[in-house]
Amino acid sequence: MSHSDPDIFMTHGDRDEMKLDEIEIDLKNPLVAAVLGWLCPGAGHLYQRRYAKGILFMVCILATFFYGLSLGGGHVVYASFGAEKHGTAAKSWKRFLSRWHYGCQVCVGVPAFPALVERFRMDEGKDPLLGGWMTPPYGPESPENPGGHDQLSDWHSELHFFFEIGTLYTVVAGLLNVLAIYDAFGGPFIPTSAEPETPPPEDEES
Amino acid sequence: MLPLLFADSFQRFWYLFPLLVAISFVYAATREELMRPILHKAGAVALWILGFMAIIFAILFGVSWLI
Repeated sequence: MSHSDPDIFMTHGDRDEMKLDEIEIDLKNPLVAAVLGWLCPGAGHLYQRRYAKGILFMVCILATFFYGLSLGGGHVVYASFGAEKHGTAAKSWKRFLSRWHYGCQVCVGVPAFPALVERFRMDEGKDPLLGGWMTPPYGPESPENPGGHDQLSDWHSELHFFFEIGTLYTVVAGLLNVLAIYDAFGGPFIPTSAEPETPPPEDEES
Repeated sequence: MLPLLFADSFQRFWYLFPLLVAISFVYAATREELMRPILHKAGAVALWILGFMAIIFAILFGVSWLI
């Protein structure tokens, strides 16, 4: 292996420690770090005392997420699972597929949870929290929507391009956090050569 | 080409750059451990993405101009 290639060492049967050149990384409990990293981007690295990377992940991912949320008028994440159909909450995969982006957005963790909470509260007929700021869109026949408009369509019509670009930003933020979670779980991904090291040439005379 | 980038219809291209920065930093941070290599790698990744997108943009622009 050449000098420029990073040397990675893991202890036998254990993924908790790795050595990257002269840098020794203590991954502590990788599963805990991964869960923390999912709940809040960068938190897994902070738990592992990898502060610089933790702060870098936290700033980049959360800034991307909240910038996208603001571009989308605060609706692009909480427009989860589509609108109600004919005044009743359609509990099926169709509702998820109509807003599949949430599957990526939820990888950011806690900031995307209010969408689920508010959707379940709406399904059970409970009042929304925080003045309804994070509620999903009402359907055209919902009693809470006397105008009779499909609120999700109204948001699209009102925000145009910004609804799409806001959705894109929040989806990318979620996907970036998948990379960060993997880094917290397994350490930096260094592609290593699949070829085995060539043994030193044997002395022909001996 | 430069005035084109400031035209109204191309204003939305500017939303590419915050994403480019975030993606470059996060991708680089998953490949390196120390800040200095992360910064170098992020710059390289950003240039690679920009170059790749510029090539695709030029191809599509040329095709749309021909049609």
